[in-house]
Amino acid sequence: MTLTLQNLTVRRSDRVAVQDVSLTVGKGEFVGLLGPNGAGKTTLLRAALGLLPHEGVSSLAVLSPAARARAAAFLPQTREIAWPVRVADVVALGRAPHPAGRAGDAAAVDRALTRMGLSDYRDRIATALSGGEQARVLIARALAQDTPLLLADEPVAGLDPAAQLRTMKVFADLANEGRSVIASIHDLGLAALHCTRLVMVERGRIVADGAPRDVLTDALLARVFDVRGFHADTPDGPVFQPLATVR
Amino acid sequence: MAGAAVAAPPERVVSINLCTDQLAMLLADEGQLVSVSHMALDPLSSAMVEEAQGYTVNRGGAEQVYLMHPDLVLAGTYTSPATVGLLRSLGVRVVQVAPVDSLADVGEQMRLVAAELGHPERGEAMATAFEAELSAITAQGEPVPAAMYYPNGYTAGAGTLSDEILTRTGFRNIGAEAGLTGGGTLPLERLVMAEPRVIVTSTPYPGASRSEEILVHPALAALREGATSAQVRDADWVCGTPHLMNAVRTMAQTRAALGVAE
Amino acid sequence: MNRPVLPLLAILVALLFAASLLIGPAALGLRESLSALFGGQGGPVVLVMQEIRLPRAILGLCVGAVLGLSGAAMQGFLRNPLAEPGLIGVSSTAALGAVLSLQTGLAAAFALALPLAALAGAAVSVALVLWMAGPRGGALALILAGIAISALAGALTSLILNLSPNPFAAMEIVYWMMGSLADRSMTHVWLAVPFMAAGSLLLLATGRSLDALTVGEDAARSMGVDIRRLRLLIVIGTAAAVGASVAVAGAIGFVGLVIPHLLRPLVGGQPSRLLPAAALGGAAMVLASDIAVRVVAPDQDLKLGVLTALVGAPFFLHLLWRMRGLEA
Repeated sequence: MTLTLQNLTVRRSDRVAVQDVSLTVGKGEFVGLLGPNGAGKTTLLRAALGLLPHEGVSSLAVLSPAARARAAAFLPQTREIAWPVRVADVVALGRAPHPAGRAGDAAAVDRALTRMGLSDYRDRIATALSGGEQARVLIARALAQDTPLLLADEPVAGLDPAAQLRTMKVFADLANEGRSVIASIHDLGLAALHCTRLVMVERGRIVADGAPRDVLTDALLARVFDVRGFHADTPDGPVFQPLATVR
Repeated sequence: MAGAAVAAPPERVVSINLCTDQLAMLLADEGQLVSVSHMALDPLSSAMVEEAQGYTVNRGGAEQVYLMHPDLVLAGTYTSPATVGLLRSLGVRVVQVAPVDSLADVGEQMRLVAAELGHPERGEAMATAFEAELSAITAQGEPVPAAMYYPNGYTAGAGTLSDEILTRTGFRNIGAEAGLTGGGTLPLERLVMAEPRVIVTSTPYPGASRSEEILVHPALAALREGATSAQVRDADWVCGTPHLMNAVRTMAQTRAALGVAE
Repeated sequence: MNRPVLPLLAILVALLFAASLLIGPAALGLRESLSALFGGQGGPVVLVMQEIRLPRAILGLCVGAVLGLSGAAMQGFLRNPLAEPGLIGVSSTAALGAVLSLQTGLAAAFALALPLAALAGAAVSVALVLWMAGPRGGALALILAGIAISALAGALTSLILNLSPNPFAAMEIVYWMMGSLADRSMTHVWLAVPFMAAGSLLLLATGRSLDALTVGEDAARSMGVDIRRLRLLIVIGTAAAVGASVAVAGAIGFVGLVIPHLLRPLVGGQPSRLLPAAALGGAAMVLASDIAVRVVAPDQDLKLGVLTALVGAPFFLHLLWRMRGLEA
């Protein structure tokens, strides 16, 4: 098991943001975390990492910060690159948790850059890039951390279609290599196409957990997201397209 | 400056300047001087603290002074022009006395203040005694380097009373030789390089100040080990009063102790 | 990319340090000065070199280094190029602490009280600003908190100095606000340098964590950075370094603003590489300013902070202008 959450609850001032969530993610899984705005996806991810005070148990939060950094990488929703640093230097930050080994570091940085299609960008100044390019640099940073588990908060928001597909492919490849990925995603179609498993959250609780076709049901979509849509199985995989709001 | 003889002597005199405080205390009739400035009570500036205890103290503000109903106010030329102007516009006679910057002025000032107080004969006697004692003091031997050194590296240059006292008593004033006219700052390292034989410094005030830290600087301390420190009372150097003679006498004795064969 | 920035800066600092020793109101010959500096014999030249110019040069070096370093560290932590010990009120509260210890007589009774009180004053405002501006260090919150703290500390300092029985104390408000290295002695060096060194070591140790913070607080924490420990290091390090520097030299502004900004592009932007560079750059700036005040107005005790502000304030406006463009 790479991540186990038991009865995780997060209270924020007067309300409960995450309530009694239990979840187990194993090797080789690419879990899409779905839910409307404010459902508690970000809070769930941060609490799972131990970045927020919480009740219940997270197998990551009990680790020491150093051990956790080698167990899980995190891509926050807020994309921030504070200083005009080279792309390669940003990506190399992901190597911080690992005992210094320059050769290994360089290889991991190169791999991450290549995976995100950033090989030609390594000497560019990261802050001078477009928002989408910066997002890819930050994903590469998380990849360079080279952990068994990756938690990503809306990794594909704001990317162009090619970059979105490429990123989802990278995450699916990681899962195929035996790692685990949990990513919160608003694009239900991308989630349906790439994730091995979907977890749907509504008002801080898990309301569905399973294979994409079992989670993206008309009933759940209408109840949780207020939408109805089009399903089909194609040679490229399952397709889902939201078509209209239901209320 | 109004110097004309006054028909009737003033009856209520208020002094708002340290130097006129002291001259007035020495020259006025009993009861004629109503109030002196608070500076007269400061032992580091005033040579007449004990005498000043007997007087009402003022802080020099026009309102406070006016309510004392003076018919003469003695002020310095550097007293705030606003205060002087306000008092004059209220009909109070204000006499401004300039700070003395030469020994020759001292007698003049004594005569002036005495005349304003209506006692010209007392001023004449005081001035004559001062001038007589001064003329008895003559420098001996080659002048030796000396410096006045005060907080913030302040020193007395050419054209100051201190400069004249040093010259008169057989010293070369380092401040004047450094090219300073009037008061000014002398960097510590130039003082050190001038190798003074005598350093005149002030007594620190209570309460710390960075300005005075220079007086305990290790370089100055080392310099003083090789030099003579003149034991002077700062208050004696400030004003053109008979107390100034203490300063002149101390410096003359200090110079005599260094010997003629310099 | 591997420009030899640090060696070049080190050479510049060494040259300025030497110039600071050789330039002064008393015109001394080069050979004479050097032999006096290292010789043990008495005499006025030895006194000038060892007791007047040497402590001044050492303090210029150290004060500049800690100002540049703490500016770079605070900017790294807050991810805001406007953070600077002077602008956010650290220097003013340190001055308040120093003045309190002097005027209560504590410093006279116990020499270490002076740097310790300044350190305490600095710690209060660093902590206050870091907590008030929040981990995200919004520019507006930072500057406003700094203005409020500076104004309060400045007013209290003036009040205490005005109430002092010493007439000179009241005239020293400008010294505490503008800073000066004139007539400092070895006593001040021994009093301040250990604190500055200790604070600098703490700040230099934050480099890797500050690098990680470049990509945000959550990402840094997920990479194993302990934000609370980092904040504590920054508070204690800045307080010790800037507190001790203000205790002996007054508040010298803008060094921590200008130097990191100038050097950042030269070291590739990374906070860990900026820290040592900013220390050297700050030392160079203060040494150069202190030489300038002696050359421009040798007899006037021109305040150091006047010079750094003349350079720094337009810089600050320029930075604000650029940030305005980014935020609009």
